[in-house]
Amino acid sequence: MLTILIDGLTYASWLFIVALGLTLVFGVLKILNIAHGSFYALGAYAAASFVGWASAMKWAPGFTLVAMLLAAVAVAALVAPLIERGLLRFFYGRDEVLLVLVTYAMFLILEDATKLLWGANPYYVSEPYTLFGNIDIGNQTYVGYDFALVALALVVGMAVWWWLNRTQQGKIMIAVIHSSEIASSMGVNISRVYMVAFSVGIFLAALGGAFTAPMISVQPGVSVGVIIVSFAVVIIGGLGSIEGAAVGAIIVGLARSMAVHLAPVAELFSIYLVMAVVLMFRPEGLFQRIQARKI
Amino acid sequence: MAIQGNRKATWSRKAVSTAVTLFASVCAMGSVQAQETFKVGIVSFLSGQAADSFGIPAVNGAKVLVDAFNKGSAPAPYNKVGFGGMKIEAIYVDENGGATKQVQEMRNLYDRDKVDAVVGYVGSGDCLAVAPVAEEMKKFLILYDCGTPRIFEDGKYNYVFRTASHAAMDNVALARYLKAKDIKVNSFNMINQDYAWGQDSKKDFTWTMEKLYPGAKAGEDQLPKFGAGQYGTEISALMSKQADVTHSSLWGGDLQAFILQANPRGLFKRTQVVFSAGDHVLPGLGDKMPDGVILGARGAYGLMSPKSALNDWWWDLYSKAYNVYPVQAPYRMVQSLLGLKLAVEKAMAANGGKKPNAEQLAAALRNSEWDSPAGKIRMALGGGHQAIQETAIGKTRYDAAKKMVVLDDIMRFPADCVNPPANMKTEDWIKAGFPGAKGCP
Amino acid sequence: MANQLGTTVSSIATPVRYTVMWALGICIALSLAGMVMPKWLTFLITMAAANGLVSLGIMVLMRGGVVPFGQGMVFAIGGYAAALLSNKLGIKDALLLTLCGGVIAALIAAPFAPLLSRYRGIFFAMLTLALSMVTYGLLMKLEVLGGSDGFNMGRPTLFGQKLPDESVGYIMYVLTISVSTLMALLARIYFDSTRGLITVAAKENELRVEYLGGSVRQAMAINFILAAFCGGLGGSLAVMALGHIEPNFSFWTTSGEFVFVAILAGWQSVIALFVASTVLEVVRSFSSSYFPNTWQMSLGIFLLIVIRFLPRGIGSLWVKGGGK
Repeated sequence: MLTILIDGLTYASWLFIVALGLTLVFGVLKILNIAHGSFYALGAYAAASFVGWASAMKWAPGFTLVAMLLAAVAVAALVAPLIERGLLRFFYGRDEVLLVLVTYAMFLILEDATKLLWGANPYYVSEPYTLFGNIDIGNQTYVGYDFALVALALVVGMAVWWWLNRTQQGKIMIAVIHSSEIASSMGVNISRVYMVAFSVGIFLAALGGAFTAPMISVQPGVSVGVIIVSFAVVIIGGLGSIEGAAVGAIIVGLARSMAVHLAPVAELFSIYLVMAVVLMFRPEGLFQRIQARKI
Repeated sequence: MAIQGNRKATWSRKAVSTAVTLFASVCAMGSVQAQETFKVGIVSFLSGQAADSFGIPAVNGAKVLVDAFNKGSAPAPYNKVGFGGMKIEAIYVDENGGATKQVQEMRNLYDRDKVDAVVGYVGSGDCLAVAPVAEEMKKFLILYDCGTPRIFEDGKYNYVFRTASHAAMDNVALARYLKAKDIKVNSFNMINQDYAWGQDSKKDFTWTMEKLYPGAKAGEDQLPKFGAGQYGTEISALMSKQADVTHSSLWGGDLQAFILQANPRGLFKRTQVVFSAGDHVLPGLGDKMPDGVILGARGAYGLMSPKSALNDWWWDLYSKAYNVYPVQAPYRMVQSLLGLKLAVEKAMAANGGKKPNAEQLAAALRNSEWDSPAGKIRMALGGGHQAIQETAIGKTRYDAAKKMVVLDDIMRFPADCVNPPANMKTEDWIKAGFPGAKGCP
Repeated sequence: MANQLGTTVSSIATPVRYTVMWALGICIALSLAGMVMPKWLTFLITMAAANGLVSLGIMVLMRGGVVPFGQGMVFAIGGYAAALLSNKLGIKDALLLTLCGGVIAALIAAPFAPLLSRYRGIFFAMLTLALSMVTYGLLMKLEVLGGSDGFNMGRPTLFGQKLPDESVGYIMYVLTISVSTLMALLARIYFDSTRGLITVAAKENELRVEYLGGSVRQAMAINFILAAFCGGLGGSLAVMALGHIEPNFSFWTTSGEFVFVAILAGWQSVIALFVASTVLEVVRSFSSSYFPNTWQMSLGIFLLIVIRFLPRGIGSLWVKGGGK
């Protein structure tokens, strides 16, 4: 029982970090970003490169964590403006589903771009994984790094929540989420807000990728597995809601943990089923935002 | 003096011009012949999750091999230039994108690019989809990699061949290795990807274990999604149920993620882990690969390949070009192209030196056998269309001096021991207790 | 309003004759062209037409303002139905299989129609996506249906005749073109009919349509079932041309491509749909040939260029302004 909870929690933390950016980008820009997985992959590759340089420059092992953080920042700083200014802004105001196709095209392009930049060989980012040692709980041994991810999820969640709800910039962003027209008429620079939101969204995706890199082999194809699972979390929790992403992550994490321990056969489409059920009964997700009906 | 010199000069000029004319005409004749090329379409994963572990190494192998063939630098009996004197022109197609796309691409290769043969396909779904289409088009197709036994067990073909053993032998050999090494197995856990490959592997292993270890109990049966990448929960489940052996057919990025996540948690110390197709992750993982893992390569490939002049030549050819030794995928590609080369040359000998058509190629390849860097390949099943070959299983150990993982305790299994006979389906053969198995260690 | 609609319909009824003649003409021209085309091209167009049928279903729904992102589900259902009927029940006639594929897909989709008709926008898209992924998961799991490898389908017959090796490709081509033309024609007639016009009106403003007595939910539900029928037709034609079916038919990327074709075509011209579908197949095919290592990137760039520079779709190239 305890194992199920712990596994659910560690998996949920990973899900939360990975899916948070997706829900934020949708909430503000109303774009359901299929390329989210590609930014995750970019973060993983960037982390591989940055940690490689950090090791080459003989930094202390603890600084590899800083290197990974910097990798995520670098990805956001370089890629976000390029894509948002150079591509997305031509499509604002168009149908939401059209934007989904635009992000799908982005996903295709980024897949090959990543392959061109880093090649098809796998990269390993192993130093950080052993930083936190092992933890024994009951007769299970866990890697400390997994629990560090739980801590990271909490920190990131709190930071984003605080930024949205307690800073002026964040409150402006919430205003834009509710109604960009009215916010604009009040003098808010919408394109700046979009830019910031998109950058933060990409940063969060890249952060997920960067901190996952030590646990996997970074190679072409890592983006694919992430897309659907992020979608499920975000849809269950409600598009645009931070709390929703957290709750969605916990639900999916626990559901999967239970399936794996108790009925592994069901694991494959348990996630789609939960997604479909939630959509049927509460399509806006569990934390819906009240939308004023416009005539 | 001058007149003498002049006469000499005239004479030598004549000699030179005659030589040049002779040379030119020989060249012209030769070039008329060499102008005809043998076009082969090579289809494998250039993108997606199978690219790094299977597709790109195989394509790299093909590239370096085609170059060697075209220079005539392969050892005998493969030393003719190209295929029987015809230069080989290879067209590479990405297998990524689904079976529907592959059917379209294959049609393009035959109809638009006018290839003489297609060698390809790693994915079993792709193989199953394209085989009937090549058959209908009456075009020559060699499946070089996919594992499903269903191709020739569920269908009959005239133009489609598979130049490598199918996946039955992977898990049969693995279980036999455990038995031959007297490893006690009272219970075993399994973790396999939840799609046809994982499910078939799991079944083959379970059925074989029932025969070889009648008392062994199957414990955890984990089936994570293909491409999941996160195995923390599965590892907890595997560790909470103690078992002597843990079996997996995981491959590629999934396998590497599993190893990286399971090793620090001590899974590899608590249970004997066996991987049916794990050799391809060894070069990359290096010292991150735990010692004592029993694994196979789906054939006598890589570090388990038998010593021979041909193998040495191939090993050097590939390693020099790519700075890494060849693992299973390029081996399967090389044995396929070697078989194709001999078939083309045999067909040309039979039809008077012309480029053979699909029927002639099929007749030449059917029931044939040839030497490859992995041992002898014999087209013995499926009416002469499905190959069998020997395989090997070994145990990992990181060698700090060589800075690479090596395989110890290598045991070889002859083809007749681990492949079903010509008249039986894999499932029936295993369940009947391997009737007709010969030469098992 | 009824009077107004009545006059509108009757004033459109006259050109139906012309539309039918156009359709017949195109069908015959393509069939004749198929006799001289290289085999890979007839196959490409066969697949484009089968896929175009699914996008036709999407167009039916898009005119009402909703975009389904899960048509892969009905595509797969139609395909599996046709393949199973052929392999297990011995029904071999190609026309019958096509029809059965469409009907079975419509029947299976029908229970979901009232549910889906309540949603709009991104939620409609996401719910259809979720349904198609659940279908995908089921198909992957069911080993009796071949699991992730799928299975092969035997060759169909036509009007009791066996189809010989050399001409089976051409015959499937003509069959697919004919079915597509017929469905395109029916779609055109439907679009210009009362219900079709209600659908378009609902896209503009649902509240007003309801106020005026039309039932938007009913229109949406019926559109969904019609779209499922089209998708099923496409699926069974595709599986007969390919000879193989697999769960990938229901994957979200397949659905995404159908949506892309519908958007590329624009919602005005039905012919544009099949043109768009062919264009996508051609681009996919040639980018694979010329860029074996970067075909995904070329496809992505193509998608972006189209979405950016042809906002109203290919149809807008020959249908001006508010024309139909």
